[in-house]
Amino acid sequence: MRKLIWITVLCTLMSSGQVLADTKSNTNTTSECFEGLSRAIFSFNQGLDKVAFKPIAKVYRILPNPIRQGTGNVVSNLSHVMTIPNNILQGDFKAAGVTTARFIINTTVGIFGIFDPASAMGLNYEKEDYGQTLATWGVPSGCYFVMPIIGPTTVRDAVGFAATTIGGDPWYNVTTGNDTKHFKDSDYYYTIGAKGIDFRAKNIESFDNLEKNSMDLYASLKSLYLQNRKNQINNSKTITETQDDSDWDDIDNQ
Amino acid sequence: MKKKFIFFINLIFIFFLIGTLNLKAQEPRLFIENIVNEAQVILKATNSKEYKSENLAKLAVKTVDIKGIGMYTLGSYRKQLNDEQKKKYADLFQKYFLKTFVSRLTEYSDPKINVISTEKKNDKYTIVFSLLEATSKKPEVKVDWRVYTKNPEKPLIRDLIIEGLSLARTQKEEFASIIEGNDGDINALFKKLEEFINS
Repeated sequence: MRKLIWITVLCTLMSSGQVLADTKSNTNTTSECFEGLSRAIFSFNQGLDKVAFKPIAKVYRILPNPIRQGTGNVVSNLSHVMTIPNNILQGDFKAAGVTTARFIINTTVGIFGIFDPASAMGLNYEKEDYGQTLATWGVPSGCYFVMPIIGPTTVRDAVGFAATTIGGDPWYNVTTGNDTKHFKDSDYYYTIGAKGIDFRAKNIESFDNLEKNSMDLYASLKSLYLQNRKNQINNSKTITETQDDSDWDDIDNQ
Repeated sequence: MKKKFIFFINLIFIFFLIGTLNLKAQEPRLFIENIVNEAQVILKATNSKEYKSENLAKLAVKTVDIKGIGMYTLGSYRKQLNDEQKKKYADLFQKYFLKTFVSRLTEYSDPKINVISTEKKNDKYTIVFSLLEATSKKPEVKVDWRVYTKNPEKPLIRDLIIEGLSLARTQKEEFASIIEGNDGDINALFKKLEEFINS
């Protein structure tokens, strides 16, 4: 049923004729699919965050640091199983080898990923997903919109996200996608929940600060989301590698 | 004659030394380290919010290209402004910038920022890479400073890049959204800025 909803939503977006409209002339940012609706969903998400996610994240932060660190590590370790196929699909076989080695080391020596000895061994991790893979194949981002609970996305990222639920994520497949003796559906949802709460807990002050200092929080978060995705796609460590300097040059020449 | 020559050589050496020290003081890495140290002193000095606000604002005026950032954040709309609007915008933006700058910084009582390295992009820009140390509540944060070095004697900060996310660019896109949401009316942005400053 959920797959059907996904396919229907994406087909609607594809047929709207806006999917490939990548930029607006004046702002050079990704265009909106349906801004009014996205802003309404954004408000709904913010309400949900205030009554549920933020309070849970605050409680989570009371836990001792090693427990939080271990939770973050376990969730990160599970994401390796989705990164490996994406490394291969992007033709980055060296990264696929490193990610596989990391996963094996952290799952065994690191006790199911609670610890991260692989990083200490110099095996660094770059998380990859299907949205990033589509981008490396040259698929344009499409328009921007906000999904309930999940938050900001683009058509390309939404397609990538959908791919994880139709067989693209091995962790989803062994928990929710197929009946196995070893895992339950709830295992998948626990990890997704833990990932969200861990992220929220790490960013309580950042979000509060952004909310306090923004005149249009929706636009600020859109900008931050798109910048972050661009960096992830380019595996870039700094924005200065991807930033367009023409506006600054224009100011300097005035 | 010999004495005069020695005196002359010494004089040249002293001028050279002063010149070197002066230039070194303006090197982007030292420039940022000085700002970080100065901000730490201000933030640790007292609990008085007024003191912190006043001195952090002074520090920002001295070291940040507020006017340049203001123009950048307007994007292509800056070309539509007349002189009077430019003046009004520059004034509003400076007040807005200082309010948000102070608000962001005063939340840290003792921030520990370590400058890691620098990368000269070209004659106009050097990126200074630093790390804000983790605390028990907050993870480590990468902070990159985009330093405008066209005038090496007076470098200025033009952007802060937090974990790869540019504050100037975020601001620019936020302003664009406000203007576009009001059919391209720049006065809508002025009104929002005034409301924010007075809030």
